Amino acid sequence: MEKDLKALGIKVEKKKEFDVYLVRQDFPILHRTVRDKPLIYFDNAATTQKPKIVIDALVNYYTNLNSNIHRGVHYLSQAATTEYECARRIIKTFINAKHEEEIIYTRGATEAINLVAFSYGEAFLSEDDEVLISHMEHHSNIVPWQIICEKTGAKLKVIPIDDKGELILDEFDKLLSERTKIVSIVHISNSLGTINPIEYIIEKAHKVGAIVLVDGSQSIQHVPIDVQRLDCDFFVFSGHKIYGPTGIGVLYGKKDLLEKMPPYQGGGDMILSVSFEKTIYNVIPHKFEAGTPNIEGAIGLASAIRYVQNIGLDVIYDYEMELLNYATEKIKQIPEVKIIGNSKNKASLISFVVENVHPHDIGTLLDRDGIAVRTGHHCTEPVMRRFGIPATSRASFAFYNTFEEIDVFINSLKKIIVKFK
Amino acid sequence: MDEFDVLYQEVILDHNKNPRNFGTLDPFTHKAVGHNPLCGDYVEIFLFIDGDTIKDVKFKGVGCAISKASASIMTTVLKGKKIEEVKDLFERYHTVLTSKPDEPVDVSNLGKLAVFAGVREFPVRVKCATLPWHTLMEALEKKDSVLKME
Repeated sequence: MEKDLKALGIKVEKKKEFDVYLVRQDFPILHRTVRDKPLIYFDNAATTQKPKIVIDALVNYYTNLNSNIHRGVHYLSQAATTEYECARRIIKTFINAKHEEEIIYTRGATEAINLVAFSYGEAFLSEDDEVLISHMEHHSNIVPWQIICEKTGAKLKVIPIDDKGELILDEFDKLLSERTKIVSIVHISNSLGTINPIEYIIEKAHKVGAIVLVDGSQSIQHVPIDVQRLDCDFFVFSGHKIYGPTGIGVLYGKKDLLEKMPPYQGGGDMILSVSFEKTIYNVIPHKFEAGTPNIEGAIGLASAIRYVQNIGLDVIYDYEMELLNYATEKIKQIPEVKIIGNSKNKASLISFVVENVHPHDIGTLLDRDGIAVRTGHHCTEPVMRRFGIPATSRASFAFYNTFEEIDVFINSLKKIIVKFK
Repeated sequence: MDEFDVLYQEVILDHNKNPRNFGTLDPFTHKAVGHNPLCGDYVEIFLFIDGDTIKDVKFKGVGCAISKASASIMTTVLKGKKIEEVKDLFERYHTVLTSKPDEPVDVSNLGKLAVFAGVREFPVRVKCATLPWHTLMEALEKKDSVLKME
């Protein structure tokens, strides 16, 4: 068929082939064993594994390029600076930011949120103002706002969630007012998997003049992000969640906002000139990047992004949805298991509780079969309280996971349930 | 039997499923609450102490099999024991659980508590087994607590 069409001179758009077994070859750690069993890594929402190309980028940096960036006149310093700034360009293109200087390197999503809370919050929040977050936030998108509200007298308001683990948008609409100055919202919940309607939230928030920060820690690796189309004011993510190194993350911010924000930390690189009388701050992004940064982290992250771009986030998303649907069907067949988080829009993770078996016992016994899942409150204690549970077990899938691995996981889970009968 | 079978041996699974002395004590003389926010384990210990002897004990709470079994088995060994004896026992229990997996340990004087010796193979789970005991110690420290009738 395809040949015939080609013979007729008709262009055939071929859907990119995805071969999970081929992709797995790129990840050295997936070939090790744990407790004499092949590793089944279902803890991807906590951190993802690294492809060889990322590991090589780090090794190459320290083998061939290591040098401190900016202001160095020697060859290595210039080469390292080029790589470091080139990485910024790759990130800019990946999330479709308008300007390169809108990409600020941080240690991770947590530091990025803290940067906005402390810099923007302290400068622009006052009594009578409100900061709006949701009930499904990670602690890292709760605590910085609590601290800043305490300092400024602003009030922290919380959008409630329903039994499926979705935001109650009617309540969001009611909470939103001209007092709302900042809406800080998670894109995809790390403990429920819910994909939030951030387009709607951003549009509504802008109507009352609030700015919006989107926590993309769990979305950057699963869905294509276009910050200009979203029109979010800030977008944050961690490199290690998207197959890159730990210790590097990104704060995207709209240029005009970043420019009017005061520095977050003082030090080298963030200044133009220093005297005891007066210090002149550097321009963005450097104003927010005090000290020698995580150079190899930025380079490693760029290499991870190129790797993901090469496979295609749309291809990744489709495959991960197949994994999610398959695992959800299988897990629903076990009567003792209850899934926490049943939104119709979910990313590829399943949080669950098992009748009469505590998540920690499940985690320990799955580990016996070489299966890594996360157990606990996932740094979302308010979510746990909302559902009246102390903790869940969470299996989170990446594009290198397979249907066979899900089968092994389901069988292991069934064995555990029998053991506790 | 591998280390997982030792960790989840029959006695422990049984105490998890059918915890002994589960509930509240009324009246009680000492009470403490233990909480491990990391895993959500929560335990409440109620004691009735007469002089320096534990006359009765009950517990309630939620937790993993290890913490629930540890609390349950603990309550079964406390009754009739003197406070000093209990502190001694906890000391020995704690030493065994926090010793390195490859270190030889003496479990002969642990009695029923010896079933938990395998927990030391799982450093992240040691807290599960010691939480009820730490809570007990906390309850015992509250020397000035008056008899509470609830």
